[in-house]
Amino acid sequence: MRLTVNGETREFDADPDMPLLWVLRDILDVKGPKFGCGVAACGACTVHVDGVAERSCSLPVAAAEGADITTIEGLAQGDTLHAVQQAWLDHQVPQCGYCQAGQIMAAAALLNDIPNPTDQDIDDLMTNLCRCGTYPRIRAAIKTAAGTMQG
Amino acid sequence: MGRIAKYTRRGFLGLGALAAGGVAVGYYFYQRPYANPLAAQAAEGEAVFNPYVKIAPDGAITVIAPRAEMGQSIQTTLAALVAEELDVDLDQIEVIHGPASEAYYNAAMFRMGGPFPWFDDSIGAAATRTTMGVVAKFLGMQVTGGSSATIDAFEKMREAGAAAREVLKAAAAAQWGGDADALTTERGVITNPATGATLAYGDVATEAAGVSPPRVRLRDPSEWRLLGRSQPRVEGIAKVTGDRIFGIDIELPDMLHATVKMSPRFGAGAKSFDAAPALAVPGVRDVVEIETTTGKGFGIIADHTWAAFQGAEALEVTWEDAPYPATLEEMDPLFAAALDGDEAFELGGNGNVDDAFAAAAPDQVLKAEYHVPFLAHATMEPMNATAQMTGGRLEIWTGTQAPGIVRLTTAALLGIEAEDVIVHTTHLGGGFGRRGEADFPLYAAAIAQHTGGRPVKVTWSREEDTRHDVYRPRAAARMRAVVTPQGPEALDFRVAGPAIVPSVLGRTFPNFPAPAEDEPLLDGLFNQPVSVAAAHYAGSVVDLPIPVGFWRAVGNSQNGYFHECFLDEVAEKAGLDPVEMRLNLMRDPDHAPARGVLERVAQLADWGAEMPAGKGKGVAHMLSFGTWTAQVVQVDVSTGAVRIEKVWCVADPGVLLDPDNFDAQLMSGINFGLSQALGQKITFDQGEVVEGNFYDFDAMRMWQSPEIETEVLQTAPKMGGAGEVGTPPAIPALANAIHAATGQRIRRMPLSEEIDFV
Repeated sequence: MRLTVNGETREFDADPDMPLLWVLRDILDVKGPKFGCGVAACGACTVHVDGVAERSCSLPVAAAEGADITTIEGLAQGDTLHAVQQAWLDHQVPQCGYCQAGQIMAAAALLNDIPNPTDQDIDDLMTNLCRCGTYPRIRAAIKTAAGTMQG
Repeated sequence: MGRIAKYTRRGFLGLGALAAGGVAVGYYFYQRPYANPLAAQAAEGEAVFNPYVKIAPDGAITVIAPRAEMGQSIQTTLAALVAEELDVDLDQIEVIHGPASEAYYNAAMFRMGGPFPWFDDSIGAAATRTTMGVVAKFLGMQVTGGSSATIDAFEKMREAGAAAREVLKAAAAAQWGGDADALTTERGVITNPATGATLAYGDVATEAAGVSPPRVRLRDPSEWRLLGRSQPRVEGIAKVTGDRIFGIDIELPDMLHATVKMSPRFGAGAKSFDAAPALAVPGVRDVVEIETTTGKGFGIIADHTWAAFQGAEALEVTWEDAPYPATLEEMDPLFAAALDGDEAFELGGNGNVDDAFAAAAPDQVLKAEYHVPFLAHATMEPMNATAQMTGGRLEIWTGTQAPGIVRLTTAALLGIEAEDVIVHTTHLGGGFGRRGEADFPLYAAAIAQHTGGRPVKVTWSREEDTRHDVYRPRAAARMRAVVTPQGPEALDFRVAGPAIVPSVLGRTFPNFPAPAEDEPLLDGLFNQPVSVAAAHYAGSVVDLPIPVGFWRAVGNSQNGYFHECFLDEVAEKAGLDPVEMRLNLMRDPDHAPARGVLERVAQLADWGAEMPAGKGKGVAHMLSFGTWTAQVVQVDVSTGAVRIEKVWCVADPGVLLDPDNFDAQLMSGINFGLSQALGQKITFDQGEVVEGNFYDFDAMRMWQSPEIETEVLQTAPKMGGAGEVGTPPAIPALANAIHAATGQRIRRMPLSEEIDFV
């Protein structure tokens, strides 16, 4: 099978039913997307599939065959952090940090669709779970990133 | 209360400096309780100063922060303690957890666990704390828990930095000639002001490591450059770039993957099983039996995690029956009997409550019964550990709160010496008390016996994690009060629940005797800043062999709800404002920090202001883990469902080391606490936990998350913790707010069973 992961073409053998998450983590050694629930309930595994935020733990790799996958490892441009990553750093959002790769990928996709989100937009679209309860800082960081991205 | 000493904050800090000056850095160098673990592992040319500082030949400085980083930013704060005195900045050093060692024992956690209120400095309390500190040293327990890490490290890690600085200066002075005291240090460089000559620490590290440290005096807080100021987390970049820092991210050459399928009935094993369907799953290599002190079941070894998960599902097992009542309803009589029965232990209290109730008119007596359920920890990162067995030695990589316990328990399982277990502690994707347990490393160690020396990463599914937790105990409280228009004259609390300490010891160190009394059952009740004429706090242990454990804030997590909601009921009956009534109960001079945080939170929240229809505010105060914490919660119920709009929180930990992080910890503790109300409950069917994943055991989401405003005061005489203190007041403040808005008292958790939330 073949995927483009963070701009690099990767070829591998896998059961077509294997979730994209486990292909990334256990076969391609891309560890940024995290395993949290396995049933698309927490969002720790969020990656971009052809630019759309998807929960990779519940997406059979066959459904992503040939797609362009971006994980947290591919979000920065070289040494320059993506505006969302920088905002996360500036607001000191992460605590344990385990959910934050998924939160950042979800936020980056949200800002792609809605450059200037309202609180209601954030409530509606940021559905990933954070057990450390960092939501107030996630909200603030999204607004900061929105400002940065609009220059 | 008789007291041998009353510490003011100034006195307390002064005492620390005095101890450091008097004993010098001798704490480590003259009374060395354990060998320096860094010395044994030092690389060629590496200069080791003490268990906390080493400098490589290229000048790279490494600081060991030997506590689990599970989100509380402990690595940054501990590193700042060393860096403050070492005269380096955080961007100049590498911070690592370091090896498992008795040298990193946590004395503060043991000292804080005694059966005395935090503000009790009587001879008995002080003597007990001293003894507990000695016990901690004797046991050499390297544990992260009880919000104690910063308190434990506050002096010794600053001393470690100061000691290293002074020997570096001494080595420079030896090279230059002259007096070391005349030299200055800044950002890792030693300067001779007289000549302008400079040496980097790395230039003299080897010589310095051989110098006996002179006496040092810790700097006054007024001289601090790093402490007291917000620091960027040392692992901040790693956490926004998806770096592989967690146990689940471990990748080793030739590594296999595995998962576990443990008995869903605690204490039971397999009657029979058929491995063939599991072995038929492509990628599954082996199914092995696991028998440990924490559970019995199977390991499924495979080429990758997904195959292991599928193999676990396919594995057919008939389990033995549960040796306990099979459902919550069938457990009810045990709790009722414990509340009704004569057997109870007591902690704290004063006066004679029986006389007070006998003398009270019937209409002066208020009674209530409250209930809380079993709760799972539900860390974001499911339990996992990677193990490799080579030549009679076990190497294990895992996110643990207790690396020493990992060594002892895995060594006992395998019949090897603890010294032959090497533990690599990774970052933890959430801990909350769950990762102090031995089960996930034990299962990895057991499975690693069957891989022919290949490393194996054992990852639990979410369902396995939720259904094999060590739960926050279910508990019930029966409370009564004699209430007059001035407030409560007598308070009588009786709490029933499974005991945590015997449960933990029984599965971790089965030969270790468990205490008859379980302090956690009453933690947050008997030790609160409340003065009444008569008070009585009794606990009845419910004998139920369901594993229970330390859950963020432990006993305070339920007793805050019992205590602070019942006080709200008392205030209502007395016709008093709940803030005013509490302030009156906190009149002992030792309770001053409680009054301070309560008055301040009332001010911030504009307590007492007229509220629009459909809104309400509730208040609670808890002293837990040495920090006095008051909260006001505001709810809106105008849409028919409760929206938690805002939380104001004021805390007094005595000393504030990192303002931004303390705010983060309060925020986290509050949202963790409030999550309970939204539906968290572990139930049982046929002796098995029913809930399995976030769709039936969820936590707060973005759309439910309130605005949070925090403030930290520094008046308390002793330093308190941060990681858990936000949790205990959150639920009672919320329940009291719901009552204020609706008139409805909810005496059973989760609150969502009686009122809807958005």
